[in-house]
Amino acid sequence: MENVILKIINLNAYYGSQKVLKNVNLEIYENRVTTILGPSGCGKTTLIRCINRLHELSPGARIEGQILLKGEDLYQIEPMIVRQKIGMVFQKPNPFPTMTIYDNVIAGYILSGIKLSKEEKDKIVEESLIKSGLWDEVKESLFKKGTFLSGGQQQRLCIARALAMKPEILLLDEPTSALDPVATSIIEELIIELKKSVTTVLVTHNIGQAGRVSDYTAFFYLGELIEFGKTTEMFTVPKSKKTEEYLIGKIG
Amino acid sequence: MNEKTIKRRIFNNKLYKIFVFLFSFLSIIPLFLIIYFVLIRGIKYINLKFIFSMPKPMGEIGGGIFNAIVGSFIIVGVAALIAIPIGIIVGVFLSEYKEKKYTEIVKILVDTLQGIPSIVIGIIAYLWIVKPLRQFSAISGSIALSFIMLPLVIKSTEEVLNLVPVEIKEAAYALGAPYHRIVLKILLPSGSVGILTGTLIGISRILGETAPLLFTAFGNQFLNLNLLKPMNTIPYLIYVYATSPYKDWHNQAFAASTILIIIVLSINLFGRFMEKKWKM
Repeated sequence: MENVILKIINLNAYYGSQKVLKNVNLEIYENRVTTILGPSGCGKTTLIRCINRLHELSPGARIEGQILLKGEDLYQIEPMIVRQKIGMVFQKPNPFPTMTIYDNVIAGYILSGIKLSKEEKDKIVEESLIKSGLWDEVKESLFKKGTFLSGGQQQRLCIARALAMKPEILLLDEPTSALDPVATSIIEELIIELKKSVTTVLVTHNIGQAGRVSDYTAFFYLGELIEFGKTTEMFTVPKSKKTEEYLIGKIG
Repeated sequence: MNEKTIKRRIFNNKLYKIFVFLFSFLSIIPLFLIIYFVLIRGIKYINLKFIFSMPKPMGEIGGGIFNAIVGSFIIVGVAALIAIPIGIIVGVFLSEYKEKKYTEIVKILVDTLQGIPSIVIGIIAYLWIVKPLRQFSAISGSIALSFIMLPLVIKSTEEVLNLVPVEIKEAAYALGAPYHRIVLKILLPSGSVGILTGTLIGISRILGETAPLLFTAFGNQFLNLNLLKPMNTIPYLIYVYATSPYKDWHNQAFAASTILIIIVLSINLFGRFMEKKWKM
């Protein structure tokens, strides 16, 4: 039995007069990996930026519709609180360049002004880095700058930074698009591993990646949700012609 | 392409290179001449006694410029204390709110402020502070100098903050950070080196300013630490000594100029060094 954690109802998103998401209805299930799949410019990134309310930071951006987190309308809550509940990892690894690895992990607490004792900090740092699979590689150099790490390690540091806030949902915006194949496969394994503790929404245009890591897939095309279903089903017998065309590489 | 064209291109390339090197060399000749001329005439009068003793009364030979050195540091220090926080705040504003019409206006005003002749700023400080207080004072000099320093701090802050990648800011927003902490903990630390360099350039610029001090800090024969009283400064002392009829004072003016050049040069070099060392 699947538990709905996030419910998107009649969502329209705009940049100025340009409509980038058209009447999207989507349910995200708890402790599952859901892929938002589709070609560039289909509104994938906009969708997840609506979920953690980063969308509204862009000039001229606005939305219509509702997004419910466990029944609570996200747009009735302070954006700062929404963003603490819903973590995000970006396309390009972006650790804070002025902070050490240690401080990067607890950056969410530092930036929100939440005071923690030394023990609490140590515990959160260790737990988060273990979860993101980086602990063994960096435990000797926690107080070096995060920017000295390799691209893949930086991205896992960013995942640790998001996990440290104990989010209910983790949004991954093409997290491997700037990484080499080895670093990519490490992160894909990590995504599968993380299912136990967090719900993941993964944006990608990589069909293989969607197939490897996700339980559910939502296929978007030109701002519309074309098809949603179990990844295995959609990839073997797509219901929509558009999905089929994308999967076999005709569009995209 | 035939051989002739290629040869002509190679020749042109060489010609351009020669021109670029020649003119860059020509442009630094005046600087070297100035430094050489001042050093040659000033360096022989500089010793610990000159730096650490007070000026002798008019007509007596000898004495030092201790009060002017102390005064310069105090007046410039207070000016920096005024200009740095305001400049950083305005710089943050300009880089954070680019789309606003008001931002454009502020930008134009900052450019205008930078273009105002320093003597005019001195007159304004005289009208606003010296006249109401009926007294020349160090603080009025500091305020005048802070007006000159302000645009330099604003611009360097704005420029360096514009270089902070959007991704870094979004990462901070995505963690649920409030705006003021993003500015304090992410933006300003990321730009700290650039802001420091801009500040140092500003300080070295106002260290040599004379005009705004003529009718504000005025000058003082004695050592004064009171901000509400007239205070001596190195550039003002140079101005007074150089325009006096005494040979000994002329020499001291050159010695003081040498000291000023050394201070300004070291601040600039230090700024450069920091920029190189800490650049990310």
